[in-house]
Amino acid sequence: MEKKNKLSVLTSGFIKENPVFVLVLGTCPTIATTKGVISAISMGLAATAVLICSNLVISLLRKLIPDKVRIPSYIVVIAGFVTMVQMLMHAYLPDLYSLLGIYLPLITVNCIILGRAEMFASKNGPVESLLDGIGMGLGFTFALLCMAVIREVFGAGAFAGIEIPFLVDHCVPFLVKSSGGFMVFGLLIAIVTAISTKRGKKAPELGCSGCPAAKFCKAAAGDDVECVNATAKTEGGNN
Amino acid sequence: MDKKLHISVSPHFHAKVTTQSIMLDVILALLPTTIAGVLIFGVRSLAVIAVSVGFSVLSEFVFNKLAKKPMTIQDLSAVVTGLLLALTLPVNIALWEVAIGAIFAIVVVKGFFGGIGQNFANPAITGRVFMLVAFGDVVSAKSFVGKGIVDTTASATPLANMATAPTSMIDLLLGTHAGAIGEVCTVALLLGFVYLLIKKVITFHTPVVFIAVVFLLTLLITKDVNTALAYSMSGGLFIGAIFMATDYATTPTRPWGKVIFAVGCAVITVLIRMYGNLPEGVSYAILLMNILTPYIDKWTEDKPFGGEA
Repeated sequence: MEKKNKLSVLTSGFIKENPVFVLVLGTCPTIATTKGVISAISMGLAATAVLICSNLVISLLRKLIPDKVRIPSYIVVIAGFVTMVQMLMHAYLPDLYSLLGIYLPLITVNCIILGRAEMFASKNGPVESLLDGIGMGLGFTFALLCMAVIREVFGAGAFAGIEIPFLVDHCVPFLVKSSGGFMVFGLLIAIVTAISTKRGKKAPELGCSGCPAAKFCKAAAGDDVECVNATAKTEGGNN
Repeated sequence: MDKKLHISVSPHFHAKVTTQSIMLDVILALLPTTIAGVLIFGVRSLAVIAVSVGFSVLSEFVFNKLAKKPMTIQDLSAVVTGLLLALTLPVNIALWEVAIGAIFAIVVVKGFFGGIGQNFANPAITGRVFMLVAFGDVVSAKSFVGKGIVDTTASATPLANMATAPTSMIDLLLGTHAGAIGEVCTVALLLGFVYLLIKKVITFHTPVVFIAVVFLLTLLITKDVNTALAYSMSGGLFIGAIFMATDYATTPTRPWGKVIFAVGCAVITVLIRMYGNLPEGVSYAILLMNILTPYIDKWTEDKPFGGEA
């Protein structure tokens, strides 16, 4: 039971609670850094690294941080890790550093990281928070990758900077622009929603089992009276 | 006897006007323009029109099937969208780009918003604007080569070289100059306008006010009657004013609403033409006013007799 829970914490970030497509967090870097596959992957991994570290630290400190100043405290922790990632990238991966530009320091205010700190790490233990960070981070990277592949392949006719023979002459540059990014984003959200609703949730069935008044309705219990819900408005209820 | 006493629920009288008959009228009204475009620009314009119409109808068919909606290709609205889209494109455009534009117009602009009558913007206009944004210069008024019966040379549209080499008035009327397939021949477009007015498919308000205000504003800015006339007769103004700005679903329903809509279109068109970066602004103007249409309809709502002001 314990183990299954932890596994579901890890995997829920992928489709069921995908930070980009389902929770719709971190839209700004999603639109901005998915013009190309390389920038999308590096953005995703940088954010994942920060997310894992900040989730872990915030979870460890969760009992020490006073409730009233929790948001500034989270931001301080997150900004610290972002600065570390930024300095490391500047030193060892200068090309990627210049490719990501302003979006690297902006990870500090990425909604996903603060959102997971507030929603998850401040309420759960360090191990779960670590797993949540990994799952959410990979989900974020996966979402960015999906968008970047569509936008770069069909918008620029290339994959990770390598031109694809036929598509390079038949590309739609609109997709690389921000407006095209929003369109791809919307279509992907629609597809993910369609998949997740088909698999899991079904629309509540009509009839007494799906009726919100079933708890206090005699008709639902099998008594031979008319349904409360249907008559409530016209007759002011039977009771 | 039984047949004569047949009783049914109301309505007991039906007008013969259907979506299909209206769309058929629009297609007939577009016929002179289409023929003129093919004569002026040659056989390739037929290919552009065929691809545009074909992919419009096909994408409507596929979308309705996939979305499990009632089939709507027999109402001919997709044919009209495809035809209008093709007529606003230059003849030398790549055919696969035409196909993508047509699919965008039908699926994204019309299908996603609920099909015919539910779209917030004119599909053909939005398809054209999408292609303008998506493919850069391809759609915009650059140089088009005419290879039809009428011999035209490669040149920029009259709007682009208005200052250096003005096109003659007769060329503008007959359409023997560069431009999109369906926007050049003013006479053919006017024929279609008269047909639509006689069949009462559209009212005169929008086209007349749209074109008149563009003329007046251009006259005011350039202070030259000939230039103002040339400006009003070139570019996509006539096809836009007659066929696009009179679309039922995306333009106001009341006469005063139509006038406000037309004035707005004209002002935006002139602003883009005179002060903007683009040579032509009719499609952007109509698209922007499409978005304002619900508000215009609200402002010009009829007061019911005895109702509160």
